[in-house]
Amino acid sequence: MQTGDSKKQIRKVIFASSVGTLIEWYDFYIFGSLAPIIAAQFFPKSNPTAALLSTLATFAAGFIVRPFGALVFGRLGDKVGRKYTFLLTLILMGGSTFAIGLIPGYETIGFAAPLLVLLLRLVQGLALGGEYGGAATYVAEHSPAERRGFFTSWIQTTATLGLLLSLGIILITRKSMAADAAESIRAFESWGWRIPFWFSILLVGMSIYIRLKMHESPLFTKLKAAGKTSVNPIKESLMHRGNLKMVLLALFGATMGQGVVWYTGQFYAQTFLETACKIDFEQTRTILIWAIIFATPLFIVFGHWSDKVGRKWIIMAGLLLAVFSYRPIYRQMLQITNTESSIADAGKTRIERVINPVAGKDYSLQSTTTLQFHQNGIVERSVHADTLYADGTEKAGSSKKVSKELPDGSYWAIVALVFVQIVFVTMVYGPIAAFLVEIFPTKIRYTSMSLPYHLGNGVFGGMTPFIAVLLGTIYTGDALVGLWYPIAVAAVCLVIGVIYLNNRVDPDVND
Amino acid sequence: MNQFKKFLGLVWMIFGVFAYGMLLKTCLEQIRSKPTTDTIIQWSIFAIIFLPIAIGFLIFGWLAFQGAYDQLPESSEAVED
Repeated sequence: MQTGDSKKQIRKVIFASSVGTLIEWYDFYIFGSLAPIIAAQFFPKSNPTAALLSTLATFAAGFIVRPFGALVFGRLGDKVGRKYTFLLTLILMGGSTFAIGLIPGYETIGFAAPLLVLLLRLVQGLALGGEYGGAATYVAEHSPAERRGFFTSWIQTTATLGLLLSLGIILITRKSMAADAAESIRAFESWGWRIPFWFSILLVGMSIYIRLKMHESPLFTKLKAAGKTSVNPIKESLMHRGNLKMVLLALFGATMGQGVVWYTGQFYAQTFLETACKIDFEQTRTILIWAIIFATPLFIVFGHWSDKVGRKWIIMAGLLLAVFSYRPIYRQMLQITNTESSIADAGKTRIERVINPVAGKDYSLQSTTTLQFHQNGIVERSVHADTLYADGTEKAGSSKKVSKELPDGSYWAIVALVFVQIVFVTMVYGPIAAFLVEIFPTKIRYTSMSLPYHLGNGVFGGMTPFIAVLLGTIYTGDALVGLWYPIAVAAVCLVIGVIYLNNRVDPDVND
Repeated sequence: MNQFKKFLGLVWMIFGVFAYGMLLKTCLEQIRSKPTTDTIIQWSIFAIIFLPIAIGFLIFGWLAFQGAYDQLPESSEAVED
């Protein structure tokens, strides 16, 4: 039974840990959400080296560096302590995010700009790799056994809330740069994108202040006082057969499936709505925002429930549902947004042409916007650019940008379909911190749990949008082909988890 | 059940080699068909970062085949044994 004081104490612990972790996720996601603008500012396609750095910045930080961060900071956390290690990761993450917002563009400082962005992005990835394991371990080591799933589930909400915060801040900034909507977007793409990066320093400062007031984990303090901390946590985690087998089981039987479900529901869904369904920028973001708001409380529900029924079957049920329902869900999203089978009202079709002369050239650019009003209520906007020469000749442009605005009914139907996917996320992700904490010993817990978590989420999960899109470019006949990657990974993980994991809730993580 | 876990260990080892082989084959095909910087970097990164994971999967299969997962540890001492 918890006393009033210990309840107050655990609330403080959860708050301090969750706020910091949420901010780290926010910092990490604003880069991803603003990737096209950042690419235009720092990585011009005309310069092959800059383009190469762009690819590295996208891939390296998210996928390669995160597990290294888990090892580096995990080692530190198991040797020096949880509190100071996740304070350090917070400072590194906040500092590098703020600094990205200060770097002058490629046009101003040339090649140094993409190089600096790449370096800072690597620091972000390292810091993120060290943060989560620390926060989850810290909360779990303060929690009573019968409520460990519930308390750690607050940490589990932070990744999704960090994404929500990043989407919200970007949308608000993008809309409030100027009174005129088009001018506001132009200003945002020119320099306003830096504001979400600068905003991070305020959040990080606040979080550092809160975390500095916290005490070290009681279990780690006890271990340190007894002189029983690990001498070499990485060696003990990976070279010791007994522990290595649990690291591998955690990765292949839980976190790799959890990672792909997380990234499919919250990232690939966004990419798919924008690129395959052609829903416009703002609606795509607000759809995700609503779905996240409705689903987030379920992290707590499933975390709490896992204290009663065990972690395993909730996670496995989430994987099973994802495996069997992804294709029907995405097929339904395509169907709702389909305009090919819906006749456009020819009488309402509007065509607007704008001609912009290009300074110093003998041609102008003609932008033709066609608005079609479909019977199913979807408004389809296609923008087509042509070149008009002074001698009267016209060269048709090859690119055509299409975006669709959904009517209320279709909009909320898509919100519901994304919501269902995030429910799967809450099932696989809500109980996983408690699950990971319970299978590793205190002295190497930070290192051991961080590694499978970041391999599962960073490598298997983080790759989901890229591999899914790449599959779509190889097998062009099936718009849903990209889903085979998360389905296959989740299915293998499900089989391994069902057969090899047990459903035991560890009554004692003090050992 | 333990016999089944061990038998599946063999399946995981074969699956690990097969899956990585397929990935490598796709990487080479893609790079050959479109040898641009982006394509080379993207697919090379896939091939490099999935290599240790494929090795990990092999080790997992080997451990399962040897019966390491017949009984999961119930305490930290058992993990360290």
